[in-house]
Amino acid sequence: MARLRGLAFKLLQLLAVLIIAGTASFGVLRLLPGDPAVALLGENATPEAVQALHQQLLLDRPLPVQYYHWVVNVLQGDLGDSARNGQPVLDAILNRLPVSIELMILAQVIALLIAIPLGVYGAYRAGGPVDRTTSVVAFGFISIPDFVLGIVLIFVVALKWGLAPATGWVPLSESLLGNLQSVILPAVTLAIGQVALYQRILRSDVIATLQEDFIGLARTKGLGTMYLLFRHALRPSSVSLVTLAGVNIGRLIGGAVVVEVLFALPGVGQLMVQSLSSRDYLMVQGVVLCIAVAYVVVNAAVDLLYRVIDPRVRTAR
Amino acid sequence: MAVQTEVAAPRLGFRVPGFARRHGFVYAFALAWLVIVVAAAALADLLPLPDPTAQDYAYVRSGPSGAHWLGTDSLGRDILSRIVHGARVSLIVAALALLLGLTIGLVLGLIAGYFRGFVETAIVTLADSMLAFPALVFLMVLTGVAGQSLTNVVVGLGVIYVPTFVRLARANTLVFAQREFVLAARAGGARSGRIIRRDILPNVAVPVFSYSFVIVAHLIVAEGTLSFLGLGIPPPRPSWGAMIAEGRQDMADYPHVVLLPAAVLFLTVLCMNIVGDRFRERLDIRESAV
Repeated sequence: MARLRGLAFKLLQLLAVLIIAGTASFGVLRLLPGDPAVALLGENATPEAVQALHQQLLLDRPLPVQYYHWVVNVLQGDLGDSARNGQPVLDAILNRLPVSIELMILAQVIALLIAIPLGVYGAYRAGGPVDRTTSVVAFGFISIPDFVLGIVLIFVVALKWGLAPATGWVPLSESLLGNLQSVILPAVTLAIGQVALYQRILRSDVIATLQEDFIGLARTKGLGTMYLLFRHALRPSSVSLVTLAGVNIGRLIGGAVVVEVLFALPGVGQLMVQSLSSRDYLMVQGVVLCIAVAYVVVNAAVDLLYRVIDPRVRTAR
Repeated sequence: MAVQTEVAAPRLGFRVPGFARRHGFVYAFALAWLVIVVAAAALADLLPLPDPTAQDYAYVRSGPSGAHWLGTDSLGRDILSRIVHGARVSLIVAALALLLGLTIGLVLGLIAGYFRGFVETAIVTLADSMLAFPALVFLMVLTGVAGQSLTNVVVGLGVIYVPTFVRLARANTLVFAQREFVLAARAGGARSGRIIRRDILPNVAVPVFSYSFVIVAHLIVAEGTLSFLGLGIPPPRPSWGAMIAEGRQDMADYPHVVLLPAAVLFLTVLCMNIVGDRFRERLDIRESAV
């Protein structure tokens, strides 16, 4: 019963987060100076056209009325239409989402594939040559800003070696190879910094786990090192890693703005920046809501995952 | 921490400076670089450098020369001078934003961790909402409403890091609020405000401060990213991120215009991380505390 109440409380809190973030996106955009209708139609628009657009976008109504309309529509699953091209906001987001998600998945896979073996082995032979080398390299990786790494990769891999296009996006439906070529540099750009973070946090947790009694027991049973490390030590050591990866996944579903802008990828992040600069209020509100939903869902999922990874958490709370 | 014992100097044929011998070359180098960057930023106006905004049309996109040690950019401006003046922007923004985020976050975290209950729920939910709200929308709106200026960049970045400090401060406050000395203070009739200020704050401040170097490294990157996106300090004032963005068009032909500020930015963040990591280790905080 207490657990159920805790869960309900957590859900309420996440709902509050959604409401606050959504309302903030509505309120904050209205603070922007300038008339969005003028921004959309251009400086030379006739007053009649501006007024017509005002009526269409409800901009001539008081703010509470605008807010009420938006909320009622959102609750019915209608995020409104883009003021720029009339496209439904939800469609635009769903069009862009696969790009951001593919980028996110590839970046996470690359990061985890490198970080997990290095982290576990580094902990097993802590202070050894592999561990010390990875620690130094990890510091370097953490310290490269995304946009700097992206620029350097474009310069070296795309411009000097010609191995991948510098910018642009080829959909998966068009060409598998072309798609991979267009997504690999941005994915590596995102992955590099995360490799270092994941490796460091996993290493410190595995070191702690290896001190525990059940590891000694497993060792006396004569289990092989690989089996011991990856079957026995990895799982109880992965709570911090899962948290961190969860936070990153939630963040990246909403688009990696800098990387998407740098590599001209048509993802959610790019959509957000474009809509903000063209004052497409409903579009920005929709994107913010989508990002907040991703954040909330991933946080809830991580919370549940704790119980799966480490059954001790279930009783400890 | 372990007591550092004097190690016999290795026979290298030259004298290893005492500091590097005791703390390691990497750490000594990192500290030295940071001292250089801070000194350059502080003394930028006194150093014998060309004006960072002066355009020398005889040297446009030139490589290193006697007149311009690190060459010039596409407008003929001296790159070394712009890097040095850019250091000032990066450091001022990072330091002030840290101060802002840390102060607000620490106060809110202390209140949430000490009073618990509704206050805590409200503060934690607010912090979560800030994390769920895309930082870039906030920053673009802030610069759109209040204009692009140093103050607004500082305020924007400071506010973005408030939730981080709220979480850190709250987690540590929860631990110390349970301790006997707090109970003793309360039994002695001390009011909540006094207990927070005199008993809990000094204990919580140490682990929270221990993250400041690492956060400053993050903030320098964040300022660079903002300037790169054209949302930072307005031009012509030099900033590392803006220099990198400006040089990007001609990168294929004149890579030094981009790579020099990029290297300085990378090196500064790297050294900040190295020093920050040692700093945190000294204060003996477990990494998983966040």
